[in-house]
Amino acid sequence: MSETIAFKPESLAQVHKIIARYPEGRQKSALIPVLHIAQKEFDGWLAVPVMDYVAELLSITPIEVYEVATFYTMFNMKPVGKYVLEVCRTGPCMLNGSDNILDHIRKKLNIKDGETSEDGLFTLKPAECLGACGYAPMMQLGKFFHENLTIEKVDEILDLCRQGAIALD
Amino acid sequence: MGKKLLLKNAHIEGIRYFETYRKHGGYEAAEKALKMKPEEILEEVKTSGLRGRGGAGFPTGMKWSFLAKPEGVPRHLVVNADESEPGTFKDRYLMEFLPHLLIEGMLISSYTLGSNTSYIYIRGEYSWIPDILEEAIEEAKAAGFLGKNILGTGFDLEIYVQRGGGAYICGEETALLESLEGRRGNPRLKPPFPAVKGLWERPTVVNNVESIAAVVPIIEIGGAEYAKIGVGRSTGTKLISACGNIKKPGVYEIDMTITVEEFIYSDEYCGGIPNGKKLKACIPGGSSVPIVPANLLLKTINGEPRYMNYESLADGGFATGTMMGSGGFIVLDEDQCVVNHTMTLARFYNHESCGQCTPCREGTGWMYKILKKIEKGEGKMEDIDLLWDIQRKIEGNTICPLGDAAAWPVAAAIRHFRDEFEWHVNNPELSQTQNYGIANYADPIPAVANN
Repeated sequence: MSETIAFKPESLAQVHKIIARYPEGRQKSALIPVLHIAQKEFDGWLAVPVMDYVAELLSITPIEVYEVATFYTMFNMKPVGKYVLEVCRTGPCMLNGSDNILDHIRKKLNIKDGETSEDGLFTLKPAECLGACGYAPMMQLGKFFHENLTIEKVDEILDLCRQGAIALD
Repeated sequence: MGKKLLLKNAHIEGIRYFETYRKHGGYEAAEKALKMKPEEILEEVKTSGLRGRGGAGFPTGMKWSFLAKPEGVPRHLVVNADESEPGTFKDRYLMEFLPHLLIEGMLISSYTLGSNTSYIYIRGEYSWIPDILEEAIEEAKAAGFLGKNILGTGFDLEIYVQRGGGAYICGEETALLESLEGRRGNPRLKPPFPAVKGLWERPTVVNNVESIAAVVPIIEIGGAEYAKIGVGRSTGTKLISACGNIKKPGVYEIDMTITVEEFIYSDEYCGGIPNGKKLKACIPGGSSVPIVPANLLLKTINGEPRYMNYESLADGGFATGTMMGSGGFIVLDEDQCVVNHTMTLARFYNHESCGQCTPCREGTGWMYKILKKIEKGEGKMEDIDLLWDIQRKIEGNTICPLGDAAAWPVAAAIRHFRDEFEWHVNNPELSQTQNYGIANYADPIPAVANN
């Protein structure tokens, strides 16, 4: 499978730059940063052939990649929508109404936690503390945090997503 | 207005860029440090009394002095920026707005420790911050403060930023090192400690972002002057990230001489509780530290004012007091349900357990399920005792402190707010539609003795 999967040249150059941060023979340390690049480049999730490709690149066994990829919550193990709505629901976000935000999204998009909307645009992913406790409730969308959320603000963000007018990176 | 050391220039526009940072005295401490001997800097840090700002509060100078220095073996400094404790968002502030303060602190610390390659391990979800840090690193390098032969001293230093993949456990120093080596964040057995065998089995010091940033003012003003700020063994300043039911959530720098009451109610800090509500309880040091009801939070068991410092917050120990922890200050108003809040924390720790130790892997799941049941009004009175029993069996029985972190919130909630748990059991129908806070809140609930 790995013959058909390859990073774009600029991503590959980035991978080699990351590997160079570690002592010789310690290229496995690059695994998590490389998985981030892989997830971004290959549709937002890590299919087995993608992980096998990463293993080959880093000269490690595929199982070493699988065990890491399945451990960390930022890596998606199944296909996701274009917009992954990661809504924090822990402690301070809960105190500030994150349950209402989550309920609103579930109803509005007619999806349950972890599911993707029928149009393939949105995946809802409740998250456990994203470090925005002072600006709660919040959600992460791509690279960015959207904080001090209200129902109206969420609706506005969803509309902007539908228009393709929101920054993810 | 309290003394500010870390955030004194935070209000200056463009302070995240080298030119502005330098214009306001940036890297002068590094210049001073590079003219000193590493052992002299270590003495200054020891004299300062700086305690690790990540939560454990262990003296930083002492930690540095444990670093093994075998001939010909490289050593490393790793900055712990895996800030994942609910309620804690202070390191994010430092990295986002004052990246050069961290870089300068790393330069001084790396020089002291003899690390030529240092890493910042940052939680993956802070996905825009590595760009800020990398830009700052490039700027510092261009100005000769990083790279080869820094300021002609012969000292070389490279700093790299490593993004994690989203796991609370990676804030534990050995799990962090495992993750940095490209594995699951499973904590290691100690000993050996990282100071002897750390990153790639090399001697390593792992320090929190705030601790490393604090090294800059220590060198600027001297360890002895730094130690004069604050009180007792709570020297210097501390960043507090305040959140929950307060008027002004945010990151504040305090000099640890103010009272908890002043911190919550004064306009300089949290500004009080919104909508005229009463203070019910608070978790002052990040989600893992014991929750305390308002009466014990504002006064010690002897009826004296409680202060925002390590000793005063811990007064009374785990029975009635709490801890400074990471400084993640979560305030609950009278309408909040302690059972519901504790359930969300139990869910968090269950989700974030690495699964390596059975008491934590299984126990956190049990606690979450039982709390969920009680909160829904489907619990029995025995469930409260079972919950107590489970947390006791987790605490101290795991190889890393995540087990304790999961057990303490549950223990403190039952200890101080048992009647709320009982209310949920006794009022199954009311539990479906409202919570204890709204239904029953009167005056703060007195604590019961530890057992």
